[in-house]
Amino acid sequence: MEVLNTFLIAPFLDMADSPIFLLEVVIGGLMAGVMYSLVALGFVLIYKASGVFNYAQGAMVLFAALTLVGLMENHVPIIVAIILTMAVMVGVAMLIERYMLRPLVNQAQIILFMACIGLNFVFEGAGQIAWGSNVKKLDIGIPENSFEIGGVLLNAFDLTAAITAAILVAFLAVFFQKTAIGRALRAVADDHQAALSVGIPLKTIWVIVWSVSGFVALVAGIMWGGKAGVQFSLVLIALKALPVLILGGFESVPGAIIGGLLIGVFEKVSEVYWGPAFGGAIEGWFAYMAALVFLMFRPQGLFGEKIIERV
Amino acid sequence: MKLRSLLLATAGIAVGVTGMIESKAAFAAKEVFFPVMVYRTGAYAPSGVPIANGFRDYYDLLNKRDGGIEGNKVVWEECETKYNTKIGVECYEKLKGKHGGAVIVSPYSTGLTYQLIPKAPVDNVPILSMGYGRTAAADGRVFPWVFNFPSTYWSQASAFVQYVGNQIGGLDKLSGQHIAHLHHNSAYGKEANPTLKALSKKFGFKLTVLAVDHPGQEQKAAWLQIRRKRPDWVFMSGWGVMNQVAIKEGNSIGYPMDKFVGNWWSGSDADVIPAGDGAIGYKSTAMHAAGTKFPLFKDIIKHVYGGDAAKAKANNVGEVLYNRAILNAVFATEAVRKAAKAKGGTPTGADVRKALETFSIDKARLKALGLAGFANPVSVSCKNHEGTSPGVFIQQWTGTAWKVQGGFVPAMSDVVRPLVEKAAAAYAKENKIKPASC
Repeated sequence: MEVLNTFLIAPFLDMADSPIFLLEVVIGGLMAGVMYSLVALGFVLIYKASGVFNYAQGAMVLFAALTLVGLMENHVPIIVAIILTMAVMVGVAMLIERYMLRPLVNQAQIILFMACIGLNFVFEGAGQIAWGSNVKKLDIGIPENSFEIGGVLLNAFDLTAAITAAILVAFLAVFFQKTAIGRALRAVADDHQAALSVGIPLKTIWVIVWSVSGFVALVAGIMWGGKAGVQFSLVLIALKALPVLILGGFESVPGAIIGGLLIGVFEKVSEVYWGPAFGGAIEGWFAYMAALVFLMFRPQGLFGEKIIERV
Repeated sequence: MKLRSLLLATAGIAVGVTGMIESKAAFAAKEVFFPVMVYRTGAYAPSGVPIANGFRDYYDLLNKRDGGIEGNKVVWEECETKYNTKIGVECYEKLKGKHGGAVIVSPYSTGLTYQLIPKAPVDNVPILSMGYGRTAAADGRVFPWVFNFPSTYWSQASAFVQYVGNQIGGLDKLSGQHIAHLHHNSAYGKEANPTLKALSKKFGFKLTVLAVDHPGQEQKAAWLQIRRKRPDWVFMSGWGVMNQVAIKEGNSIGYPMDKFVGNWWSGSDADVIPAGDGAIGYKSTAMHAAGTKFPLFKDIIKHVYGGDAAKAKANNVGEVLYNRAILNAVFATEAVRKAAKAKGGTPTGADVRKALETFSIDKARLKALGLAGFANPVSVSCKNHEGTSPGVFIQQWTGTAWKVQGGFVPAMSDVVRPLVEKAAAAYAKENKIKPASC
């Protein structure tokens, strides 16, 4: 009876007792979810264009943020530093295309996945060799103050992240759906050889998509780095993106956002109301559990494409 | 094929002979070897780098300034663990037999310390886990090869409660207070919980325990609960990025920084930098002072960095975790010095363990080492490997530096020691260890 009360009655009574706090928890979850979505978007872009799960996305976030903050520490004005970092990420995309992807055209996806694991270590090492391992403060002028609206606490930094993510998603949605390059990206993802046969420049497409993914990594790096300082642990935020991708679908930009928001809310609500019953710190594995349960009913995710292969 | 086999055999013999010559040369040269477990890379590198630099610089100083320890050259070798227990064990196995054998090891990881505890008596390498590792090891009767002075996690937690009592006008006023323990969801992070629960029962304060998952980049749920429950004090057992995010989250809900106290692994320079001015007023426990005002640090800058203060600063000299490693290296080398004096030659790990059982550093010795006022004196016994005067200093971040506030806060040994002995007895029973008579 006590177990029943702990898991099925007390949490809901608590919610009903303090709806303002529940709202605050939900908003907190949405804000955290936006941050997860920023990372998940980078995975989605690469997956859409090459059908590969880019294991190195977290390391790309670290590399981009380290480059930006490293330039700023050397007194490069912020706008110039962002432009230079983006140029570095484009250069990196070209190197990846030339030395990693091009030799692996038409190889099985698992081969490309293994190459991405290697790439992850290259980014981790290169970033630390170039800019060191110390925590670096990243301040690009985003306000961090908190304020209350109707008793609900909001943070200016979180709101900025949400607006940034919304703009980014709008831009990417138009890019993929409405432009010739976007359509070409999707064609390449479906079949490298077929795309080549109809004249789609595979090399250029790959450089573009890895560059855009580098840009998304930079935005995610700025937001996460601004929150916790730029440091190696940025690599680990990729772990937060995985349940988002499972839920939202690996090839859907809106899915990354909706998945992120759902995971964020689910994490926070479960941690606050059910966490104490489990000893706390359940949000991490609860997110994965939710994603796994969801997989049982909809393996392609909320917005993923249902693949039917004839045999 | 025969030629290849012959060449391989010759090469093998050459390597073996060279190794023997090197090994003999090492003994002939009178060396004492310190394996150094470092994490200069990985998620915890911001904490690992200053610690590694501290060990390196102090050993280097002893050779350059004093010619080693009692005529023995100090030899050390780093092994990169990435703060990964498995890699740490590999590092230990790789280094333990080098240069005639390690004389002492400081694992700098609670997980790694747990793994090395059963190996220490087998390998004859004493462990000095200074303020981390298995708290029960403070009972030297059960853990003769493990030393965790000058204070354990449990003593630290009790000293924090003592500090709160001091701040509010006495321990009798703790009743009605509310303390939250925000901890890393790991064996390390949970260490303080039993002590805090025992003290909560004894003094009548309310205790809320909030766990944060590794690595701690996302802890909004914990801080929303703190905002809702409004504890009078928050005590944090964090590590790495968790500390930086916690300070920022604390700021975002407007929690008063002077009521937010981290443990000694949550009070480094790297922990407060990302929060900027928001970290001003944040406190943490400490087992030593920060900064370079002590004569020993002048010696390090002079002998190790050739007087280049800027280069020393770039190598973290004076930062909290650098100074932690200096204190650790001082304890380790002083134990080796004591063992060398007793033996009249180059000591082994077993000699150093014996020396540690009667180890003490008083105020006069601290002054002679150039560390007057840097840390509290320590006195260890066969029975008590934590030392006879555990406790903490409280340091506060001013925005530019850590400053020790007030005097030494003693641990509540009357509460903690029985818990330690109980835990040690349970360990002894579980592992069929016959406690030594001290």
